[in-house]
Amino acid sequence: MVTKKATPRKAVRRAIPGPKTRRLLPKALTGIQGLDEVTGGGLPKGRPTLVCGSAGCGKTMLAMEFLVRGAQESGEPGVFMSFEETADDLIQNVASMGFDLVSLTAHKMLVIDHVRVVRSEIEETGAFDLEALFIRLALAIDSIGAKRVVLDTLEALFGGFSNTTILRAELRRLFDWLKQRGVTAIITAERGAGTLTRQGLEEYISDCVILLDHRVDNQLSSRRLRIVKYRGTLHGTDEYPFLIREDGISVFPITSLTLDHRASGEVVSSGVPTLDKLLGAGGFYRSSTILVSGSAGTGKSSIAGHLVAESGLRGDGCLYIALEESQSEIVRNMKSIGLDLASLIAKDKLRFHVSRPTAYGLEMHLASIHKFIVDYRPRVVVVDSITALLAMGSVAEVTSMVVRLVDYLKANGITLVMTALVDTSAASEVSGVNVSSLVDTWLKLTNAGKGGVRTRTVSIIKARGMAHSNQTHELVMSSNGVVIRQLEATRQES
Amino acid sequence: MTSFSKRSTQRRPSRTADILLCLYVAGETSRSVSALANLKKICREHLGNRYRIKVIDLLKNPKLARDHQILALPTLVRQLPPPVRKIIGDLSDTERVLVGLDIKSAK
Repeated sequence: MVTKKATPRKAVRRAIPGPKTRRLLPKALTGIQGLDEVTGGGLPKGRPTLVCGSAGCGKTMLAMEFLVRGAQESGEPGVFMSFEETADDLIQNVASMGFDLVSLTAHKMLVIDHVRVVRSEIEETGAFDLEALFIRLALAIDSIGAKRVVLDTLEALFGGFSNTTILRAELRRLFDWLKQRGVTAIITAERGAGTLTRQGLEEYISDCVILLDHRVDNQLSSRRLRIVKYRGTLHGTDEYPFLIREDGISVFPITSLTLDHRASGEVVSSGVPTLDKLLGAGGFYRSSTILVSGSAGTGKSSIAGHLVAESGLRGDGCLYIALEESQSEIVRNMKSIGLDLASLIAKDKLRFHVSRPTAYGLEMHLASIHKFIVDYRPRVVVVDSITALLAMGSVAEVTSMVVRLVDYLKANGITLVMTALVDTSAASEVSGVNVSSLVDTWLKLTNAGKGGVRTRTVSIIKARGMAHSNQTHELVMSSNGVVIRQLEATRQES
Repeated sequence: MTSFSKRSTQRRPSRTADILLCLYVAGETSRSVSALANLKKICREHLGNRYRIKVIDLLKNPKLARDHQILALPTLVRQLPPPVRKIIGDLSDTERVLVGLDIKSAK
C-alpha cells in the first residue's frame, strides 16, 4: 500500500492520512455490554465524549459504569465530578447495580467530587474565570493518576452563573485542557429543544457524541442509544435499544455491524426424513435461519417440534421461546404427533422460555432471550411465533429486533427456527414481519379446502445453498409425526 | 506570588473583627490583584475597622478549592457573620459587592 521499506512505519502513519490512520485511532474500552461493539472498540482515548439525553434517560448510569468498568476491567482510575448529585446519593444510586463505589474509592481507583452550584449563593461582580474548577479537577486526577474523567452534568454551571460569555469561553478552555491532559472523558448534557444539548455543548465536543433516549410507546417504555457522531472511525449508526439492568447497562445488538458470520457446511436433519429429501442437502445448514410461515393450523409448530426433537436426540440443547402457548400445552400437543418432549426436558436437552409478548417491552424480551442463551448455550433456538411480537411494537421495531436476534444467533453458530402466522386474506407470500429476505430457508405451509377435504401443503420458497424441490407437497400429520408426500395431483401426472 | 503569602492575613487594627472575608485566588494574576485592591478599598470606605481579610491562594492549597466548594475565581466569601455569602469576580462593582455581602455602609 505504502512504501514501507523506505520509511519507518510510524512516519508513514503520521504523514499519510487514510484508512490506515483511521483504524489506528486509539480507543478506550467502556466495558459496557454492547457499547464497545457499536463504537468499534470504545470511546476515543484521551478525548472528551459528549453523552446527551433528556432527564432520566441513563446518562449518569452510563457515565458511572464507564468509570467502574474502566477501574475494574481496564485498570484505569477515574474521577467523577458531579454537579448535581452528592457523592452519597451517587453511591446509593448505583449500589443497586452492584457497583461498590466506596471500595473503589478506598482502593484509589475512584474519586467522587461533588461541585455545588447554587445560584442564590453566588453574586457576580465583574470578570471571573473557573480556575478553581481546573484546580479541583487537576488535584482529583493527580491524586489517583486518573485516566478517565466524568463531568456530570456540566450544564448545571449555566444555572449558577449569569455571564454565559465567560462560561462558554471557560468551557472551551476546559475541553482543551482535558485533551491536553490526555484523559478519556465523558461529559453529560441535557437534551435541548431542537438541539442535542440545551447549551449547545456539541459545538465544543466534536470527537464523539452519543445520544440517549427514553420513550414510552403503547405504555411500554424503551431506551435507545445512538452514536450521532464519532470522528475518524466506523461506527453503528442505528438507534440501539439498551437496558439498565441489575448488572449494568446492556446495549443491543451484541454483534452485527458486519456480515462476517462463518458459514457452516454442516447439515442437520429437520427431523422429518421426507422433508430432508425435499431440501436437497438432507436437512438444514447448522446456524442457518429457518422461517416456517402459514396460516392457523397449517402445522408450523409441528415442523418446529420435529426439529426440536431431532436436535435433542442428537444431543444438541434447544431453547424454545414460546410466545403463544404454555410449556405443558406444547408438550401435550407434540405428544399427539408422537414427539416426546417431556423426556428431553428431563435430560435438559430442551428448555422453555414462555412469556406473554405483552408482559414487557421488546427490548426487555430481547434481553431476557439473550440472558437465557448465555446461560444455557443452546444449539437450536425456536421462536414460536414472531408474529406474536407484533403486540409489542410496530412492524419496523419487531423486524429490527428479529434482525438483531438472527445476527446474534448466527454469530454464535446457533440454528434458529421462527414460525410466522400469515393472515390468509393478505397477500399470501408476505410474512407479517418482514424478515423473509434474511432467512436462509423459508417453508410455506397452507391448508386449503377443496371438494370437502382440507389438504395441508408445504412449499420451499427458498433454501439458500441447496438444490431444493420446487414442487408443492402434501403435509400429512399422524400420531407418528409429520410426513411429506407428493400431492395427489402431481402423483397422478407422473 | 510571594507578596501574597507575606500578607496572607490582612489585619485591621481592631482585634474584635466581626466580619471575616476570605478572598480565594490562584496565584498573582492581574484579576486577583485588582480584586484585592477593590476589596480593600470597599472595606476601608464602608466597614470601618470591623473586618478582617484573608487571602487564600489555591495554587498553594489546592485542597481548599474542594473543601470550601470554590469554583470560580476570584471568589470572596463572607465567613462571618453567618450565613456564608459568596461573591465572584474582580469586585469592580462596589454596589453589588455591598449588596452581596449584605453589609450596610459603616459610615
